[in-house]
Amino acid sequence: MACVSADGTITATAKALIKSLEVPLGAEEIAARLGSPLFKVRSSLRELVEAGLIVAEGDKYSATEAGKKKAAAT
Amino acid sequence: MDNAMTTQVLAGLPRIGSPAPQFEAVTTHGVLKLEDFKGSWLVLFSHPADFTPVCTTEFIGFSEIHPKLREMNVELMGLSIDSVYSHIAWARNIEEKFGKKITFPIIADLNKEVATLYGMIMPGESKTETSRAVFVIDDKQIIRAIIYYPLSTGRNMDEILRLIQALQTTDKHGVATPANWRPGDRVIIPPPKTQEMADERMKEKGIERVDWYFSKKDLK
Repeated sequence: MACVSADGTITATAKALIKSLEVPLGAEEIAARLGSPLFKVRSSLRELVEAGLIVAEGDKYSATEAGKKKAAAT
Repeated sequence: MDNAMTTQVLAGLPRIGSPAPQFEAVTTHGVLKLEDFKGSWLVLFSHPADFTPVCTTEFIGFSEIHPKLREMNVELMGLSIDSVYSHIAWARNIEEKFGKKITFPIIADLNKEVATLYGMIMPGESKTETSRAVFVIDDKQIIRAIIYYPLSTGRNMDEILRLIQALQTTDKHGVATPANWRPGDRVIIPPPKTQEMADERMKEKGIERVDWYFSKKDLK
């Protein structure tokens, strides 16, 4: 996994991505905000959806409560 | 293998102008799908093996042109039949020994799935390593150019850059580029397709015309 470890911890990049979702955003908007390549954002989004840390509604993504907790954890 | 079978197998390999075969692969940047790159150009390249000298010089070269490629909306992705752990260790070794950070993903193609899909293995050369293949895939995921080099010969990074600059110039201006073309050089105006167009080309002003079929112009 790229941004979610087997033990459930998430990378700094994943935390930044979840924190960027204060309002629902599309992959291109997230890439622009984080300054990350779009391909990496798409891959991370897929992974975070599978982990239940974000949800997709159409082409926009928002953080779940579990995702917000993970992103806030130090 | 009979002729029909040979043709069928060959027809399955990627061709210039055809959609790039889709795949999902384990990489040093996690699981990536080819479709993740939609909207960007991609240089998908294979190398024979990690921790080998020619490949190391190529990775240093690719890392050097990566910023320039990014400016051109081009991403890079490597591939070899090695594990992701080997790739991570090699990338760290290149940074430690040569001071170059490898910032692009590398596919760990242990089951040869992507290598086979793209025809990167040359059995006459090696059955266990990928040759030095380069697939230039555009932002609509169409294969635009293919380069193959043998195991013994490192690729020319400058040519890979030049090739993509030429392709993007062709797309933007509807022109072709002559031998050894460089950005800023004159470009080839597509030859006329009818006699009437040929007559008109002969009267056209402001172009470098050798004959009706051979004309160049500056890009404004």
